[in-house]
Amino acid sequence: MGRFTIPREEYMRSGHVGCQGCGACHAMRYALKALGPRTIISIPACCWAVIPGVWPSRNLDVPMMNSAFEVTGASISGIRAGLDAQGKRDIQVVGWAGDGGTADIGIQALSGMVERGTNVIYIMYDNEAYMNTGIQRSSSTPVGAWTTTTPIGSTGYWEADEKKDMAEIMVAHRTPYVATANIAYPEDLIRKVRHAMEVQGPKFIQIYAPCPTGWRMDPGRTVEIARMAVSTHLWPQYEVDHGIYTINLKPKKTDLKEYVKLQGRFRHLPADFVDAWERRVDRNWERLLEKERFTRELVEKGLLPFHPLHGSSGKRPGGVGSHSADLPTADEVREDGE
Amino acid sequence: MRKVITGNHATAYGAKLSRPGVISAYPITPQTTIVEHIADFIADGELSCEFVKVESEHSAMAACISAQNTGARTFTATSAHGLALMHEMLMWAAAGRLPIVMVNVNRAMGPPWSIWADHLDSVAQRDTGWMQVYCEDNQEILDTTIMSFKVGESRDVLMPTMIAEDAFYLSHTVEPVDIPDQEDVDAFLPPYDPPFKLDVDDPKGFGSLVMPNNYMEFRYLMKLALDRARERIVEVDREFEEAFGRSHGGLVDLYRCEDAEYLIVAVGTTSSTVREVVDQLRSEGEKVGLARIRVFRPFPVDEVRAMVRGVKGVAVLDRVYSFGAFGPFYTELIAALYGQDERPVIKDYLVGIGGRDVRSKHIRDIYSNLKAVTRDGLDSETEWIDLNRPGGGA
Ligand SMILES: Cc1ncc(C[n+]2csc(CCOP(=O)(O)OP(=O)(O)O)c2C)c(N)n1
Ligand code: SF4
Ligand SMILES: [Mg+2]
Repeated sequence: MGRFTIPREEYMRSGHVGCQGCGACHAMRYALKALGPRTIISIPACCWAVIPGVWPSRNLDVPMMNSAFEVTGASISGIRAGLDAQGKRDIQVVGWAGDGGTADIGIQALSGMVERGTNVIYIMYDNEAYMNTGIQRSSSTPVGAWTTTTPIGSTGYWEADEKKDMAEIMVAHRTPYVATANIAYPEDLIRKVRHAMEVQGPKFIQIYAPCPTGWRMDPGRTVEIARMAVSTHLWPQYEVDHGIYTINLKPKKTDLKEYVKLQGRFRHLPADFVDAWERRVDRNWERLLEKERFTRELVEKGLLPFHPLHGSSGKRPGGVGSHSADLPTADEVREDGE
Repeated sequence: MRKVITGNHATAYGAKLSRPGVISAYPITPQTTIVEHIADFIADGELSCEFVKVESEHSAMAACISAQNTGARTFTATSAHGLALMHEMLMWAAAGRLPIVMVNVNRAMGPPWSIWADHLDSVAQRDTGWMQVYCEDNQEILDTTIMSFKVGESRDVLMPTMIAEDAFYLSHTVEPVDIPDQEDVDAFLPPYDPPFKLDVDDPKGFGSLVMPNNYMEFRYLMKLALDRARERIVEVDREFEEAFGRSHGGLVDLYRCEDAEYLIVAVGTTSSTVREVVDQLRSEGEKVGLARIRVFRPFPVDEVRAMVRGVKGVAVLDRVYSFGAFGPFYTELIAALYGQDERPVIKDYLVGIGGRDVRSKHIRDIYSNLKAVTRDGLDSETEWIDLNRPGGGA
């Protein structure tokens, strides 16, 4: 008999009200399998504010609160502080927000949360637009995409700007653990969430989550398209653990045209645009390989991993995430005169 | 223990004595020293709580909401633009039925920039569901902070409270304040024990999507909660008096109103000047009293109706104007009295907007004017007092 590679426990029951083939639903289901029942989730305005069901129904078996669109970082800071004040340190606090709630309206609260060293896991499920309000572009929408605020029209008014690189923004915050994940690679996703649970301080995971409704694609091909995002090198699967880059999958590159072809949101793109885009994707991939190589060099020189000064809400060690518990606290560093 | 301290220092003591689990706040003049005093308390080991130093007031309120949702008592303080930035989250706190306590230092809104006393900031949050208590002195701020936790946390209320203190007149002015002993406050204010919270052993969802067939009931429950709060505020004021020997007047603080023919209605620190003038006028044989509206939400409808019985004329002093209408305290008073058989002449006087001093002379002038319009009929519903260019383009 084969070994199960995905936990059998379910904390997301059937009966969600998301669309058919919704990648965001896969993302939550796998993440909760990793997180388990001692988890509290805060969800801002986004598709996932609706997906659990209409009151009084609810398909999640963990406590959750809804919060305003832009406050996820502050909300989970508050949950962590409230639990810490009551000595409840063994509970995972998770923010679960879309790309709009993360990269746009919520980036200020997220930046503050990370800068304060808050001991939480922030998960951004990335469906690359404001889906809940009907497919408007976000700063995470890929270049070239159709959305309802980047309609093609007669002038080719598609999304003109490149996707904002949230993972790199989080790396620049010296976030102890940053990872990208993808619903087509559940074992990898679960491993990353589990690792995040062990790390002290803020953790950021960005999950690629296809949206058949917004991407104008066949809901039966969600996983296939998600795999192609990785094989085209468009969506590298990597993690940055205390500053050290690791690319988790280095697949043989496949054609971006094949990926584009399956999604109505790219239907209008001329072939030379896709070619130019692909060259940019290749350069991004090369840069990432270099970052992996370079940060390994820094490890050899003793410059990485970096040691965060902060623990949860300040100086108190302990609680969930023991990974860096052996690292110096702010007080110890001060004593060392470092 | 008696100390000579500012309103902001009294605020910090009130918060500390209430033993909050979490404080989250962001600095803004003239609230800043509240945050600083709290930081000092924590740094000196006098206060043990989580202090979440957020990057904005919006996040401060969001953090308080989420922390309170876990079952922790929370406190914050802000002013003017900070309060305005919180607007969305104020509604979230109230509808989330989270009895957060916040002190708002009443400051004028820009532009033009101004940091002085004005009630527009808090009055503009009138319909959020928060209780609002306007204080007259530093002792009242400290005591009201403690009382507000008790009122808000009552199982049949579960609503947040905003305590309003006038910029500089209270925030930065020192007065002798009695600081109660911690044991006495502990005996008065039991630990926060909400009926529902974020709990991994009893997982519940908060704030899920609700259809129109149920939404209205949630709002109706909030209405009932604030109706009940009217009684709780008075009860808790009485309990406080039993425990600490002082009362702040419950919903409306009446001063020399027995047998009064004229009432001056005031809010916040203007009341102290009115008190002085009432004493002068009484000694001159005038039958006048002060009615200080202490609680603006829930509005003290019954108290207002009772207080005008037998009264001929009422002057409302509004430190805020609702553009295109009237002063808000005036409007509320009129609304409570319309439909009563006996109605006095009521006139609205706009005073002290943006921190302009309201002097005894102004109050005496207002009183003379009130007597005249009561006798001769209203000249206009509202009058702006002490304008630099009366009738001009000021
Ligand atoms: C302050 C505020 N502005 C706008 C909205 C409307 N709104 C709700 S969800 C949403 C888009 C969410 O996009 P994203 O975060 O990417 O999540 P998705 O819906 O795509 O899952 C918007 C614009 C809101 N709820 N609050
Ligand atoms: S719109 Fe997209 S993200 Fe939202 S529920 Fe439907 S498929 Fe999922
Ligand atoms: Mg989205």
